[in-house]
Amino acid sequence: MNWGGWSDFFAMGGYAFYVWGSYAVTFGLLVMEIVLLLRRRRKARAQLVLSRGRRNP
Amino acid sequence: MKPRHKRLAMIVGGVAALGAAAALVLSAFQQNLVFFFTPSQVAANEAPQGRNFRIGGLVEAGSVKRQADGVTVQFVVTDTARSIPVVYRGILPDLFREGKGVVTQGRLGPDGVFQASEVLAKHDENYMPPESAQALEQAGKAQKSVVIR
Amino acid sequence: MKGNINWFKYSSPQTFYPLAGTLAPWFGALAAVFGAAGLYIGFFVAPTDYQQGEAYRIIFIHVPAAWMSMFLYLVMAFWAGAGLMFNTRLSGMMASALAPTGALFTFIALWTGSLWGKPMWGTYWVWDARLTSELILLFLYFGFMALQAAIDDARRADRAGAVLALVGVVNVPVIYFSVQWWNTLHQGASVSLTKAPTMAATMFAGMIVMAFGFWFYSIAVTLLRVRCIVLERERNSEWVTEYARDFR
Repeated sequence: MNWGGWSDFFAMGGYAFYVWGSYAVTFGLLVMEIVLLLRRRRKARAQLVLSRGRRNP
Repeated sequence: MKPRHKRLAMIVGGVAALGAAAALVLSAFQQNLVFFFTPSQVAANEAPQGRNFRIGGLVEAGSVKRQADGVTVQFVVTDTARSIPVVYRGILPDLFREGKGVVTQGRLGPDGVFQASEVLAKHDENYMPPESAQALEQAGKAQKSVVIR
Repeated sequence: MKGNINWFKYSSPQTFYPLAGTLAPWFGALAAVFGAAGLYIGFFVAPTDYQQGEAYRIIFIHVPAAWMSMFLYLVMAFWAGAGLMFNTRLSGMMASALAPTGALFTFIALWTGSLWGKPMWGTYWVWDARLTSELILLFLYFGFMALQAAIDDARRADRAGAVLALVGVVNVPVIYFSVQWWNTLHQGASVSLTKAPTMAATMFAGMIVMAFGFWFYSIAVTLLRVRCIVLERERNSEWVTEYARDFR
């Protein structure tokens, strides 16, 4: 193992801002992409239900 | 098949034309696209006169001297063929080391000393733990002593 | 290529749609496994670097993201070109599905690179050939998406986007070879197809595992997105209206 303890791990040798700033933004963006995609999927399906309703009132 | 072949020809032709254009633009702007000049290039008068430019090379071993004011530092940039003395007022990056890469921006003074406004460290593409680096250094020393004999 | 096992059988949106739906969760699971493994290796197996200390651990995101940014662009341009040449709807849809993920990885490469450059080089940004060409890649992705969004007719949007995508392909070798062709602040490649990696084995392993994780993630997300695009574009077709009968 590399770290003396959790505080060492979070400190990243003094580079915490740069390392965690990178990982946090990356993770956040990937989660955002998935969320937006699921929203797009929901909307696409809802549109189909709507147009089905218009066809078969 | 024919319309498809025509489309393919147009695509290939278009991409080739763009590639040629890009190559021309790049070669025409070669001078302005240079990110840094080597000390040899500066010595050969290839660097722009009278304005800011960057020089890149290695920090010559033993050349780093800090002035009494605590802020000004002198060092020499070399590409092993030619060297340029540099003077800089400011904080040096963490990775600024003797024998390692450096890129500095500034102006060449009439006395041949480069007045730097920015100093950046350039590191190589090697990644290894400290033990490996020490072992490499030892091996290098051992090899040198063999060669001298 | 992604998702197309038998080119002719799955080249219609109707047959590809269920295949994409079946494959996506598997690639998602693979992405999670490889991502977790890569992060574990990166933080708990790979040692510190003699030169950069712990800051180098950004490499486990930065390099895989940069690789994906270039790779996804080439795949996108491939599908765009195929759609242009064969006039196939699904090819154009694949290109459109790839763009947002490609743009995302390009941004991640630029962002993590910037945060890595500040402590190591001493600056968040320089206009050297490597950084500038990667930024141009981001503009190309945005340009592609904006162009397609601006054109109402899907087929015309496909064609216009395809021309832009193909024209921009020249930028990818520029990015890759920039550190050889020009003097740059960015260092040369640690990993290449022709020489041994200039990295310790565990560091290299962590990077490769993360690269696979990002690749599987991209496949999963692209497959999901192309399904959305299919539903959006083919909404008036018989098979979609039939399929949508079961939607609540």
